[in-house]
Amino acid sequence: MELTGAEIVVQCLKEEGVEHVFGYPGGAVLHIYDAFYKQDDVKHILVRHEQGATHAADGYARSTGKPGVVLVTSGPGATNAVTGIATAYLDSIPMVVLTGQVPRPLIGNDAFQEVDSVGITRPIVKHNFLVEDVKDLASVMKKAFYIATTGRPGPVVVDIPKDVTAHKTEFSYPRDIKVRSYHPTVKGHTGQIKKALDIILDAKCPMIYTGGGVILSNASEELVSFARAIGAPITNTLMGLGAYPASDEQFVGMLGMHGTYEANMSMHNCDVLIAIGARFDDRVTGNLEKFCPSATIVHVDIDPASISKNVKVDVPIVGDVKQVMEDFNKLLQDTKKRPDAAAMKAWWKQVNEWRAQDCLKYDTDTGTIKPQYVIQQLHEATDGDAFVVSDVGQHQMFAAQYYPFDKPRRWINSGGLGTMGFGLPAAMGVQMAHPDETVVCVTGEGSIQMCIQELATCLQYGLPVKIINLNNRFLGMVRQWQEFFYEKRYAMSYMESLPDFVKLAEAYGHIGIKVEKPEDVRAALDKAMTEYKDRLVFIDFITDREENVYPMIPAGAGLNEMILI
Amino acid sequence: MNRKHIISILLENESGALSRVAGLFSARAYNIESLTVAPTDDETLSRMTVVTSGTEEIVEQIMKQLNKLVDVVKLIDLTESSFIERELMLAKVEATSDARSEVKRLADIFRGRIIDVTDNTYTIEMTGKGEKLDAFLTALSSISIYEVVRSGAIGIGRGEKSLTL
Repeated sequence: MELTGAEIVVQCLKEEGVEHVFGYPGGAVLHIYDAFYKQDDVKHILVRHEQGATHAADGYARSTGKPGVVLVTSGPGATNAVTGIATAYLDSIPMVVLTGQVPRPLIGNDAFQEVDSVGITRPIVKHNFLVEDVKDLASVMKKAFYIATTGRPGPVVVDIPKDVTAHKTEFSYPRDIKVRSYHPTVKGHTGQIKKALDIILDAKCPMIYTGGGVILSNASEELVSFARAIGAPITNTLMGLGAYPASDEQFVGMLGMHGTYEANMSMHNCDVLIAIGARFDDRVTGNLEKFCPSATIVHVDIDPASISKNVKVDVPIVGDVKQVMEDFNKLLQDTKKRPDAAAMKAWWKQVNEWRAQDCLKYDTDTGTIKPQYVIQQLHEATDGDAFVVSDVGQHQMFAAQYYPFDKPRRWINSGGLGTMGFGLPAAMGVQMAHPDETVVCVTGEGSIQMCIQELATCLQYGLPVKIINLNNRFLGMVRQWQEFFYEKRYAMSYMESLPDFVKLAEAYGHIGIKVEKPEDVRAALDKAMTEYKDRLVFIDFITDREENVYPMIPAGAGLNEMILI
Repeated sequence: MNRKHIISILLENESGALSRVAGLFSARAYNIESLTVAPTDDETLSRMTVVTSGTEEIVEQIMKQLNKLVDVVKLIDLTESSFIERELMLAKVEATSDARSEVKRLADIFRGRIIDVTDNTYTIEMTGKGEKLDAFLTALSSISIYEVVRSGAIGIGRGEKSLTL
């Protein structure tokens, strides 16, 4: 049957099993919106700003593992989506972004709402396409989903000129697609895996360091079996939290700039480092010269370019984390060799001494609401089982430190790009994917105002997100650095004329609660989770103004040079 | 230690493929000394030659990052084994009185050809490795050079192995 380009777009989404598309209409995508109107299979969520659409699709993808889908118009529609595309790119999130484009005869003429979307997004996508012929549309859509979701995932942009969406052609969706220049390696090299296991089992002080790759690859179970067999301490990066249950004895917390003392000291002093689906980011390694000075490093990653990029690796294993971990676990079953029990006992004694420092303790008798306390209470009030979506700043670090995650895909945050404004729209996407689950957005008065307009979207679709606003009247992380490194010259890190968030929430049709005393924290959280379970609740916690995130590795220092409180 | 590398790339012959490669070099602050690209006998493929320089670690990253681009089909660092390098140069130079015969002599020595002649100028075509072309320009010394056009290096591996699909 002959279909228009617009109808083909919608059919392709159906074929891919897409249930939700986040978007905003405009001139260049009117044909596509008309095609959406005529069907009920793919639901379109109308956001209030294109940045919100990309973050929502991103949150949807992070919490489900399925690709997020975005539809925006040409020109400003595409440019507004750029921050969200870059956010997804830096965290390797599978996403397909459809952008409208002016009709082909107008391309290059500085037409109304024309930008070179393919050019603008080129450095922040895994790949992108300009569809020049309606006959190519179905295969381009297939390729877009294939590339976005395989290998190291990432966003793919498909730019579709308006006239292409009006042209007709015979539609058939390709079952399989081959891209001759794209072959991600999924199976790890057996020889390398054997070699790595030998080194790991010979270790006296092994350490496991895992990142977002374990979550992207759905390899938590395999990781847990492996870690149990090896018996080593294990740390997760900010992106990897939840991949290993935080309540397990072997877990030593997050590592890096605001990681735990025990995680960073274990890293620094280990003799074999097993890095899995992690990319040795600068917030993790600190000073590269001082990084893991005596470790033999094994690195499992699906992206060959991640290997030996920042830190020289001794045994690289390129492959999908899940498959490689399965291979490790099989080998562990087949071999009689076991870790050196005496050495492991001594190593754990040392690790537990570091742990006894209790680096996350904080002053509780100040009479003010401590942000850490709010997060701990939130953990209890949600039975530790909420989807916690964070914005970017101090509150993000507090949430990562004080909300222990036992399951993957429950902790959703912008780790790579650090995008303020990510939280609320991403939480919206998570809630859309999990209508019956508790979804909280941990944010601050700075971040929340960057995408506050999405409160209207939440009302339109009945999304009962719980917003935990840690309001310290400062851009806290900026202020903290200014306190430490700029002699407290607080240049532009304060906020005057803050809105009344309770009234604001109410104006958008939601529930607003202001909490000013520590003793009222829990009651407000409980109320939000029970009485207002089905409503969006905005809780404005007036917190300690100048609380800092500890512990901390200052710029240029090694992992063993933390500032403790 | 920084060393010159010549990277040969088979690239999808599609619009935008060139800017993906060029964009990668600028975004990641890698050097490009020269870059040439043209379609091959298979019209769906272009062959690109990039001359770059960097430490072993940087060049390894360049190769990996290039390989990650979806439009890159295959690539090879020619400088890893034995190869042939060629560059084409067109140079318009002074050819008056004494210079006229001197230029002709030098062009012969360097196996260049004079392909355009006016009363006052010669235009010389010359191929070879970049160093040879540099040497010719140096040898012209006092003779005025009006215009130089260089293609950038292209290269091919020696022996029977070839960079094909």
